[in-house]
Amino acid sequence: MEIVLSLGIGLFAASGVWLLLRPRTFQVVLGLSLLTYAVNLFIFAMGRLTIGAPPVLEAGADAARIADPVPQALVLTALVISFALTALFLVVLLAARGITGSDHVDGREPGA
Amino acid sequence: MSAPSDHLVVLPIVLPIAASGLMLLLDERRSRLKAAISLATTTVLLATALILAWGTLAAPQVYRLGNWAAPYGIVLVADRLAAMMLVLTGILGLAALVFAVARWDRAGPRFHALFLLLLMGVNGAFLTGDLFNLFVFFEVMLAASYGLVLHGSGETRIRAGLTYIAVNLIASLFFLVGVSLIYGTMGTLNMADLARRLSGPAGAEAGLFEAGCAVLGVAFLIKCSAWPLGFWLAPTYSAASAPAAAILAILSKVGIYVVVRLSLLLFGTGASAGFGQGWLFAGGLATIAYGTIGILAARDLTRAAAYAVMISSGTVLAALGTGSRAALSGALFYLVGSTLAAGALFLLAEILQRGRDPAAASLAVFADEYHDPFDDDGATETGRAIPAAVAIVGGGFLLCTLMLAGLPPLAGFIGKLAMFTGLAGGAMAPMAWSFILVLTVSSLGTLMPLVRLGIQGFWVPHDGPDPVIGRLEFAALAGLMTVCLGLTLWGGLGLAYTDRTVAWLADPTAYVRAVLPGGAP
Repeated sequence: MEIVLSLGIGLFAASGVWLLLRPRTFQVVLGLSLLTYAVNLFIFAMGRLTIGAPPVLEAGADAARIADPVPQALVLTALVISFALTALFLVVLLAARGITGSDHVDGREPGA
Repeated sequence: MSAPSDHLVVLPIVLPIAASGLMLLLDERRSRLKAAISLATTTVLLATALILAWGTLAAPQVYRLGNWAAPYGIVLVADRLAAMMLVLTGILGLAALVFAVARWDRAGPRFHALFLLLLMGVNGAFLTGDLFNLFVFFEVMLAASYGLVLHGSGETRIRAGLTYIAVNLIASLFFLVGVSLIYGTMGTLNMADLARRLSGPAGAEAGLFEAGCAVLGVAFLIKCSAWPLGFWLAPTYSAASAPAAAILAILSKVGIYVVVRLSLLLFGTGASAGFGQGWLFAGGLATIAYGTIGILAARDLTRAAAYAVMISSGTVLAALGTGSRAALSGALFYLVGSTLAAGALFLLAEILQRGRDPAAASLAVFADEYHDPFDDDGATETGRAIPAAVAIVGGGFLLCTLMLAGLPPLAGFIGKLAMFTGLAGGAMAPMAWSFILVLTVSSLGTLMPLVRLGIQGFWVPHDGPDPVIGRLEFAALAGLMTVCLGLTLWGGLGLAYTDRTVAWLADPTAYVRAVLPGGAP
């Protein structure tokens, strides 16, 4: 399971970085989204990987056999914030496209 | 935790967000009411910050939200450093707001809501006692700043805003990776709890923990625009509208604040003592050098002010990297003065450029809500100009230049002198000398371009009308100037305050004792 998760995070992050360095604003947005997925999975993994373990302590439960609830709370917060900010970035992207007439990150076509 | 005054700590966060929510309910046309609420809120914030600062002279105040004890609950900690930054935010915020009320707040929708939200984020970042809430407050602050950078619209702002948002979204991802690595290795995000665990012997995962701190550090260094992570700062700040740029000057200081707080709390003593100090020193010097080159090349005043913000950040980083307490104290004093002066310079630059290109008409994104501040009705005050505006603007400009360059007799010089004597008093390491050399050269490098821009702005004859300055704008500038002069006159008191702040910061066990009920190990 560990190898699958780390490969997944790595793939997301690598694709995200590649897209982030592309010249078109929409590619940048997609890159940011992919990177966000990678980071969210990473936060989740920081609570250690468990299968079928409840996230809440019961009386007399073995502390080693529960999932850590804190990273789950963190990832929820991070998810909401990055989702909202990606939406905001999309609005700015559209404004930039409308005003400059180009979807290049510099606001003008190369060589123009 | 029962007296009403104990709840004062949470006021700098609760009040602006409540007022900001109220703004959204009010119609965009009721600009006077909005301005009044906004001004009242900011005034109360400044007063609260002053009372808190007075209170922290005796002891730091710890506020447990919901009365849950740390490290399980969330705490707000108002200590000397936090209170100092709160006061700085209050002064700069009030000045920027008064300036904006004269006309800039009508250049786009929802200025006041965004402005108050920004203040809430900044105050929260200064007060919070754990890393994840720091992230949340950082995001609130950044989200509001995205809106403020775009305030007034126009092509340059949107282009600069696009880069600014992209860079800061990436910085936030770094922040999250760092925070989760720290949680994964230490099992806590409360700063005091982290400091307590670090004071023991190094654990098996110390390397991973330090990697997490380094990733976290990158996020803050992007925010305080340390070289080579700060290329976004100058285009963004110079594109933003004047009051927005003035309040953005405090944003890079939030990054500085966190770096100072965390490196002294976590790496002052214990297993990972001195971690990252060399990097901070080198990065700080490189930032000063880059900022100086930038300001020398600047062709307008806003860009020069943006690079001045950068130099001031670099100075504090490098002073922190030297590890000398006296130097850090001087640097904190310099930070207060230079931030106020840089903010004032953004405002002055707008007044100066106003006469030159009238109605820098910009395309509106929100056409239905856009009110051109330049053809507004009687509410605009620029008509009733104060005579001798040029003289007032000129005097303010001179003051800012001296503050930023750190020349006698103003407070910038006092801060720099304190840094120099602090370093020269210690061992004459090559580190200390290189710092003194770079800082001296940057003084000269700041002075020359500002004087050149001043000559262009005031003495060279030009075709356009003379700059006019409204009463409110004058009040904002005069307020900032008075604080700068006050810092100069009572420089000894200010330095004594920063000295004791640094002494408090250098003793992490005192912080741990104050925050955690069990106390230090």
